[in-house]
Amino acid sequence: MAARTVTVGSSSGLHARPASLVAAAAAEAAEPVLIARVGEEGVDASSILMLMSLGIGAGEEVELTSDDEAGLDKVAELVAADLDAS
Amino acid sequence: MTAPVSPRVLAGVGVGRRAVVGPVVQVREPVEVPEDTVVVRDGVPVPEEELADTVLAAFRTVSADLSARAARSSGSLAEVLGATAQIAADPALAARAKRELAGGKPPVAAVRSAVGAFIDMFTAAGGLMAERVTDLASVRDRVVAVVAGQPAPGVPDLHEPSVVVARDLAPADTAALDLRYVLAIVTELGGPTGHTAIIAGQLGLPCLVQVTGATSLEDGTRVLVDARHSTLEVSPDDAAVEAVAKRTEAERALEEDTAPGATKDGDPIDLLVNIGTAADAERAAAADDARTVAGSGLFRTEVLFLDAQTAPPVAAQQKEYTAALAAFGGRKVVVRTLDAGADKPLAFATLPGEENPALGVRGYRIGRIHPQLMVDQLTALAAAAEATGTQPWVMAPMIATPAEAAEFAADARAAGLAKVGVMVEVPAAALRAKEILEQVDFVSIGTNDLAQYAMATDRLKGDLADLLDRWQPAVLDLVAATARAGTELGKPVGVCGESAADPLMALVLKGLGITSLSMSLGAVPAVRFALRHHTLEQCQAMAAAALAATGPTQARDAVVALLDPTTRDLLA
Repeated sequence: MAARTVTVGSSSGLHARPASLVAAAAAEAAEPVLIARVGEEGVDASSILMLMSLGIGAGEEVELTSDDEAGLDKVAELVAADLDAS
Repeated sequence: MTAPVSPRVLAGVGVGRRAVVGPVVQVREPVEVPEDTVVVRDGVPVPEEELADTVLAAFRTVSADLSARAARSSGSLAEVLGATAQIAADPALAARAKRELAGGKPPVAAVRSAVGAFIDMFTAAGGLMAERVTDLASVRDRVVAVVAGQPAPGVPDLHEPSVVVARDLAPADTAALDLRYVLAIVTELGGPTGHTAIIAGQLGLPCLVQVTGATSLEDGTRVLVDARHSTLEVSPDDAAVEAVAKRTEAERALEEDTAPGATKDGDPIDLLVNIGTAADAERAAAADDARTVAGSGLFRTEVLFLDAQTAPPVAAQQKEYTAALAAFGGRKVVVRTLDAGADKPLAFATLPGEENPALGVRGYRIGRIHPQLMVDQLTALAAAAEATGTQPWVMAPMIATPAEAAEFAADARAAGLAKVGVMVEVPAAALRAKEILEQVDFVSIGTNDLAQYAMATDRLKGDLADLLDRWQPAVLDLVAATARAGTELGKPVGVCGESAADPLMALVLKGLGITSLSMSLGAVPAVRFALRHHTLEQCQAMAAAALAATGPTQARDAVVALLDPTTRDLLA
């Protein structure tokens, strides 16, 4: 199981459009991608509802894990990007 | 054959002025589906071991349907539909519904309970998450409809220009309307200053609220919606349809006049537009036809705050204010400081659980618990003034006493703002308008709230709409008292409520001594036309006649009687 620790880059945190894009990317991965606050239990990142229910804000660190390393990197990249800016 | 017994003309309360003819499209209410509905496919009940697949297929169907609609739409509508489609496809919802089924719940109950768990969680979280609750509820109702084999609730796809009819339109329903095909909006509930009416006004759509029986019209029935006369005519005859066409043509002709707002004899009055965002400002400032305006008489800053969980930082506010001031390029912009509370709750500034929020901590009173909000806003406005070289006119809402006005004026001036005013929307402020105007540079009358408080009638209570009539003489008295104080002290008194958008009322307001009228962009041409065809003396005679009337109908009729005969067709 591969893991990445990433700082949330979107200014609104993982809500609305950023959450939508991250969930869509996680759904594309070949294996489930889990997302969690560092040290907490992970939830399915392809669920926009679970993702939003974490209430993760801008600048918070999150831990991503998956057996699909390429898919994991794609999700990590989106979490780190400022998706509100575009 | 006997004539149909159903009445051909339904009465309502009109918003706007235009008349249109088109086919009815009903917005479907969520169907009442019992929790234990037996799920039937191809005429036979679905066996228990296939129920989970059937329910999951319903989630997929709803998601695919919403995605397809999103693909056919554009802009914010496409975004709303796409986001809802993604929620319908959410694996957590499917997993939860499956678990509920396995636990023995019948299919409809399982769907409701699965989605309901998230609705409860998101409602409790508030802020940005609470905004998704409408989407979740829409997914729930759609999936339940598919499971039970019922037609989908909500706004149907529009394929031709149509009259949209609903019991009531939720904000989300309004957002989901494909505006290219909306001719008019008709609702059974709602009030003339409620959400639907205001949105329709901003979009320039004719709207009727409080139309009993509207939801029993068949889809496709041709109707004539006349906002000015507050009527809906079923299957109108050729003569009526032709009259509407003629009226529309005459209204178009109005739109060629772009002269500055003034009476026939050249007495000026500023025609301004109400805005909520910098984007609104850009749209209004760019208008180069009869909608051309002298600036904005009401910049409702709370729109900036509505989506926020915490107060927006000074820098973000400054950016938006600067953009709005810049859009008008030195024209007058009247900025209203945060007006939260009552029907405009904000996550971070509203006291929860007030028994009577319209009479509670709202508007300027928010400063009693959150003083920093006002400090930040005044700082951001002063910075925007500095950046653009344009001094905004800044006013506080819900001022009740001269002391409050003095306190706000001192704070605003200390922040570096030069033009300071307050809203007059509490009857106490109208009665003491002179003492209040002595403290500030200008006032602006919010006629919607002024009527609500003067008539002790909730603005959101549709069935009391007659009491909220803008022609109620008691409300006119309060407006007149405020205008008189302004004339006496030589200070501007504007009107920025719905009254300003009514061309007949505009004549009365001019006659009372009001110096500016702020309205939605679409209302400007008719108001400009009305003023341009009457002298100041005529306006004053109309004002006197309206004040002398015994009731709202009599007041309006008295003004109609004094109209220049050539304008009667368009204005009466």
